[in-house]
Amino acid sequence: MKWEIVIGLETHAQLSTVSKIFSGASTAFGAAPNTQASAVDIALPGVLPVLNKGAVERAIRFGLAVNARINRRSVFARKNYFYPDLPKGYQISQYELPIISGGKLDIVVGEQQKTVRLTRAHLEEDAGKSLHEDFHGMSGIDLNRAGTPLLEIVSEPDMCSAEEAVAYAKALHRKVVEEIEICDGNMEEGSFRCDANVSVRPHGSNKLGMRCEIKNLNSFRFLEQAIKFEAWRQIEILEDGGTIIQETRLYDPDKNETRSMRSKEDAMDYRYFPDPDLPPLQVSEQWIEEIRAKMPSALDVAKEKIISLGIPFYKADLLTTTRANTNFSTQIFSIPNISNPEAVANLIIGPLNAKLNEEKLTIDKSKVSLYQIVDIYRRIEDKTISASTSVTGTVISAVWNGEGDVDEVIEKYGLKQISDIGTIEKIVDQVIAANPKSIAEFKAGKEKAFNALVGQVMKATQGKANPEQVNKLLRKKLGG
Amino acid sequence: MLNFTIRQLGVELAAKRVSSVEVARYFFQRAATLGKTLNAFITLDEEKTLAQARAADALIANGKATPLTGVPIAHKDIFCAKGWRTTCGSKMLSNFTSPYDAHVIERCNAAGAVMLGKTNMDEFAMGSSNETSFYGPVRNPWNIETVPGGSSGGSAAAIAARLAPAATGTDTGGSIRQPAALSGVCGLKPTYGVCSRYGMIAFASSLDQAGPFAKTAEDLALLLNAMAGFDARDSTSLERAPEDYTRDLAQSIKGLRIGLPKEFFAEGIAPDVARAIEQTIVEFKKLGAAVVEVSLPNMKLSVPVYYVLAPAEASSNLARYDGVRYGYRAPAYVDLIDMYKKTRAQGFGAEVKRRILIGTYMLSHGYYDAYYLKAQKLRRLIADDFVTVFKQCDVILGPTAPTTAFKIGEKTADPVQMYLSDIYTIAVNLAGLPGISIPCGFDGKGLPVGLQIIGNYFGEAKMLNIAHQYQQVTDWHTRMPPETAA
Repeated sequence: MKWEIVIGLETHAQLSTVSKIFSGASTAFGAAPNTQASAVDIALPGVLPVLNKGAVERAIRFGLAVNARINRRSVFARKNYFYPDLPKGYQISQYELPIISGGKLDIVVGEQQKTVRLTRAHLEEDAGKSLHEDFHGMSGIDLNRAGTPLLEIVSEPDMCSAEEAVAYAKALHRKVVEEIEICDGNMEEGSFRCDANVSVRPHGSNKLGMRCEIKNLNSFRFLEQAIKFEAWRQIEILEDGGTIIQETRLYDPDKNETRSMRSKEDAMDYRYFPDPDLPPLQVSEQWIEEIRAKMPSALDVAKEKIISLGIPFYKADLLTTTRANTNFSTQIFSIPNISNPEAVANLIIGPLNAKLNEEKLTIDKSKVSLYQIVDIYRRIEDKTISASTSVTGTVISAVWNGEGDVDEVIEKYGLKQISDIGTIEKIVDQVIAANPKSIAEFKAGKEKAFNALVGQVMKATQGKANPEQVNKLLRKKLGG
Repeated sequence: MLNFTIRQLGVELAAKRVSSVEVARYFFQRAATLGKTLNAFITLDEEKTLAQARAADALIANGKATPLTGVPIAHKDIFCAKGWRTTCGSKMLSNFTSPYDAHVIERCNAAGAVMLGKTNMDEFAMGSSNETSFYGPVRNPWNIETVPGGSSGGSAAAIAARLAPAATGTDTGGSIRQPAALSGVCGLKPTYGVCSRYGMIAFASSLDQAGPFAKTAEDLALLLNAMAGFDARDSTSLERAPEDYTRDLAQSIKGLRIGLPKEFFAEGIAPDVARAIEQTIVEFKKLGAAVVEVSLPNMKLSVPVYYVLAPAEASSNLARYDGVRYGYRAPAYVDLIDMYKKTRAQGFGAEVKRRILIGTYMLSHGYYDAYYLKAQKLRRLIADDFVTVFKQCDVILGPTAPTTAFKIGEKTADPVQMYLSDIYTIAVNLAGLPGISIPCGFDGKGLPVGLQIIGNYFGEAKMLNIAHQYQQVTDWHTRMPPETAA
């Protein structure tokens, strides 16, 4: 049977406020245990919560950024359960009436585009941390994180592969970290973490299968692996005639498997009720408009503009993953007389990104300026150099290292394109002679074999041959 | 000194006929002796009290006195006070010393008042007789075999026995007014939100409100002036301009429309109590007030509604007492769950456990709609009744409690009977209205009867005016328990 996977994500984004959501204590990460826990955070008798407006403002920004409904009235509720790192014995969250309802997020998977619907986003406080390793036979409690503001963003079950789920998580990360800057996005520190609801169903079925929730996935890779494993596990069970039990599962990255944490039967009754210490949260139209007026521009506006230049959307997507590369791309395409914008895009996505990754730097720290990228593009356009990455990569590295401007390094490394027919023909002949097998395959109708031969010629010239001429010559010689 | 009001003490202190330290020593001595017999205090600390008295004397010397400067005030042990053990009447907090001051404590301290000690109370304010305290019952000075009422029983008894000129309390379902009535003193529960709840240990957050105890309406006004005020640390605290609650005391009450809800005089009220209230109404008519009969048809629902909502909130509010960070922890346990179970089983008394269990049940899946949500809807109906009634009258008058003080142990076996002793006070908390209780007579056994005056929202000054005018023509509030003068 063919199976279809259905995935919905719940994402906790820590909001980048200076102080906690209900107390004045600092939210900075990494302080000595319990040094950032105030009387309110440790839940002394008699203390009361006071809502941090900055957290609300960030939630509203999110709502505006995903075209959601911002509820004029929302309600804080208590989620009651006992755990040592939950000082009050309840977590203040939003339950029936969240601040944000609906919304949507566009994602790009490979070369496909898709819209994921959002269910809601609500404000809540984080718990502290239990430290089980550091104390023999005892657990330590660190309440520094207790009361850190979180926005829990819940998607509809609109994703049908691990890749889509990762694309959604990345798009959401880009939205909250890069575009509206309400979260620092540090996944290792837990500032952005996902729970995945996964179920499977026979292909074409309209009925959702029984789902399992995988908790606390704090990297895109774990998210992908956990979903893949979980879908495989569920399909195995169903194909063996078994049934899926609704449960909460934990992903173990060391073993690459998910394990049962608790089943629905022993799910806790959280006894939600409106928190009598906090009046309903009222958001005025005026406040929303003030926030709207200060919203940073949407990265997707820049992306659409880039697409309108004739660049495929999946490349435009790669050019606008962060605020920094969006700014870089926007500026570069504002330079006049670029007749082939995709060629410029290819330089950024290919050799420049490779260099940035190698140096572990973001594009705003690039030592090759956008003007130098355009210089390289001009040399490709006037056929001084070929567009092959071995050539452009060399130029970028050399310019990066301060070995001169674009023309100087082209000269220095002898990167000028070989357009001399005689030189190319000689190399073509050598390649034909050395690859009888590919030639036989090509003659048998395999177009792939031809591309392999072009590659061989390019390799032999260190990418400097004019690819058009190589193509023409090869076809002529092989009678293609 | 014994019968000095705050006003009189202020005059004596300002004239330097007596020092704050002398006043503090005098009342501390009474609190430590007669107070011990009555079990009115949980914690006394002579050094801290005298240190504050010396500071008060310095303020008076420098001409910086307020009406409360140098006045000893007994605080209910529900208020966190920096450096003071704060138990809330529970074993759970028997070892808890607060590192901070409640807003009410801050305000009293800032006014130069002297903290006389922490008064006994029902455990976590859950009780109507002061018998649920881990520190033993408080005895009523009018008859030490009877209860002083609760939960602020220690504060009420302290005023009645002249152990302190004034005290603080809290009122969730009648916990200021009912003990004031049973102990023959004055007590006021303000409009919800007038006094900050910050640092006041929560029982039922949507109902809890702090207020003053004193011998006279005028003193209630003076103490409320200090206690009331906006506090940004309590999101339910009301942001309003400060009021002088003494401003209307001297006003005539001629033309005042008094509403008498027929439900207050139906079955359940003791004949002696009914008689005292009737005589009081005659007095008010003499003062020029008009009387109208009104009706609060949903008031009968207030006790059941309260015993859904208050335990529901309490079950969550008391979850923090888990033995992890402070307070009592069971001495022996095998694992985390066992530690929780033993700590809470040993640390809480029976009534607190009963209410936690009731509240947990009310909020549980499948019961929430039938109990909690339904109770919230009825709460609205009960509040709406008052809105209707206040279109017909300026204040509501009636008994504070259906009976006078009952015997210690008399109602402990029957929680429902105990809960019914708050039948006239609970609706006021559910509606968030202000209420006051003042002495208005005695029953055949010589036990005091309390008159309840219920005002409209923010009607404190008006209620105090009415009480003050009544106290100008009667002397019930000046009567003392027979043994007290000794």
